[in-house]
Amino acid sequence: MTQAQADKVKPKATRQAFGEALLELGGKYLDVVVLDADLSKSTKSELFAAKYPNRFFEMGIAEQNMIGTAAGLALSGKTAFCCSFACFVAGRLETIRISVAYSDANVKIIGTHAGVGIGEDGYSQMGLEDLGLMRGLAGMQVFQPADDIEAAQIVDYMCRTHGPMYMRLTRQNVPRVHASDYKLQVGKLDVLAEGRDIAIFATGGTVAHALGAREKLAGEGVDAAVVNVPTIKPMDAYGVQAWAARVPVIVTVEDHNVIGGMGTAIAEVVAEHGGGGARVRRHGIHDTFGESGSPEALYEKFELDTAGIVKAVRGAIKKR
Amino acid sequence: MSQPNRDQAVAALREKCVELRVDILEMLAEAGSGHPGGSLSAIDLLTALFDHKLRHDPKRPDWPDRDRFILSKGHGVPALYVTLAQRGYFDRALLPTLRKLGSPLQGHPVRGTAPGIEACTGSLGQGLSIALGMALAAKLDKKEWRVYVMLGDGEIQEGQIWEAAMAAGKYGLDNLVAILDYNKVQTGVVAEVMPLEPIVEKWAADGWSVRRIDGHDYGQILDAYDWADARDGKPKMIVADTIKGKGVSFMEGQAKWHGVAPTKEECKAAVAEVRSRAGRSS
Repeated sequence: MTQAQADKVKPKATRQAFGEALLELGGKYLDVVVLDADLSKSTKSELFAAKYPNRFFEMGIAEQNMIGTAAGLALSGKTAFCCSFACFVAGRLETIRISVAYSDANVKIIGTHAGVGIGEDGYSQMGLEDLGLMRGLAGMQVFQPADDIEAAQIVDYMCRTHGPMYMRLTRQNVPRVHASDYKLQVGKLDVLAEGRDIAIFATGGTVAHALGAREKLAGEGVDAAVVNVPTIKPMDAYGVQAWAARVPVIVTVEDHNVIGGMGTAIAEVVAEHGGGGARVRRHGIHDTFGESGSPEALYEKFELDTAGIVKAVRGAIKKR
Repeated sequence: MSQPNRDQAVAALREKCVELRVDILEMLAEAGSGHPGGSLSAIDLLTALFDHKLRHDPKRPDWPDRDRFILSKGHGVPALYVTLAQRGYFDRALLPTLRKLGSPLQGHPVRGTAPGIEACTGSLGQGLSIALGMALAAKLDKKEWRVYVMLGDGEIQEGQIWEAAMAAGKYGLDNLVAILDYNKVQTGVVAEVMPLEPIVEKWAADGWSVRRIDGHDYGQILDAYDWADARDGKPKMIVADTIKGKGVSFMEGQAKWHGVAPTKEECKAAVAEVRSRAGRSS
């Protein structure tokens, strides 16, 4: 499939792609068990639950116990997915810290409803700090897919690879940005478009908007690369350094607090290794709270849509 | 167990726990820090479990069909270390390395360090959920092994405990046995810090079978462990009334001895008392 064909595929929420992938892989990986905290209709773990009821555990609105129970199942040989909204599950940090990370338990934590992109429900339901929390745990791998294809491949990786992992998913539909023969490389940057003047690093629900911004910028004579970041941890340090040597400015874009998220991870690499001296500008939710509104209105307000990213890039170029 | 055998078992436990108390005191004095009160309150329950109930093989700590034991009140780990050592999980010579750099005997239990440690605990409130997950796994795989978990009394002030209590009732986990080391003292008096009563009724309300015993009476302990074998669709809770610092008069019931190790001098006096109470000369 070409990029043009990819554009014609119906947009899909990455949570939906996760649910469908887990349903499919459940028949292949018989050690997979799934836990949810009364949100399976929203996290889409309901698809697995309907087909494999004996391997699905409804734990009620009790996320700490869900995480600990997942750890106990994992320490007994299971691959335990535990699912909730990103804010509710990552918010139980201490249980994840000891029962999952320190125990090297084979638990896959799924946090859906990432960022302001969830819309009307408002800040209390928005995961805006989860990447920072999960990134800070030793031994924890952290992922955020840009589209349905990538989400499914991360689920497959989780099913066949031991270790504590976290994946962050969107509530809202996102356009497909990959061709159908795309192969995820865990731990590597995913270059969607080359460019010489500036590199936009995007992750999750903002990736398609970054591609839109690239087109706009081309009209203004700015040749922007777009790099998708599906693996937030471990960060592809060599890949980031190479980009820092090639372009003068890197703009990171994410629907997450700029503190602790993907942009922080990129900035850490550039700050420590120098690269070629590129400046990093972190764009995202600037250390504030979300609010209610339509997903589109919120992406406009927080400048995460195409126009907002164009503005951020222009600002970054000017500041240089 | 027949009555003569039971009498023998009780006598043997009484004898053994004297020396295990000495081991606890000496390893804590050597470490210079740690939690004597909750170790001494738990040692009788632990020894009876590992000597008479647990299906396990110290030479094969990863035997897939073993019964699991999780010390959720992780600060009481000196009691678990001496129990594991006396059963041959590792050499007694390791005991004086407690809490020292590079030792497998970490200050709180860490899975993957000393053989026989099944979970990372010490951040209170987490062990029951892990035990619950293990019990679900055994049911899912149609295995006979059981999961035993020891909780501290102060620990059950944690909300996660009650999340797990509800879930164990929901899933009818009769392969899960919780033991509450109810020594009445945390860093202060439990009843003053945050009262727990009516404790039996609370667990029963979540669908558990509950039995309350004297946690230093070996006959009652062994009876309770046998009682907990019942496969009746309910998780079991043994509320064991114990004494913090049991065996050492200057420690008994004293919050001060929750998290302070005895000096070498205090240890000497404590060891002498533990042995003389048992009718032995030190």
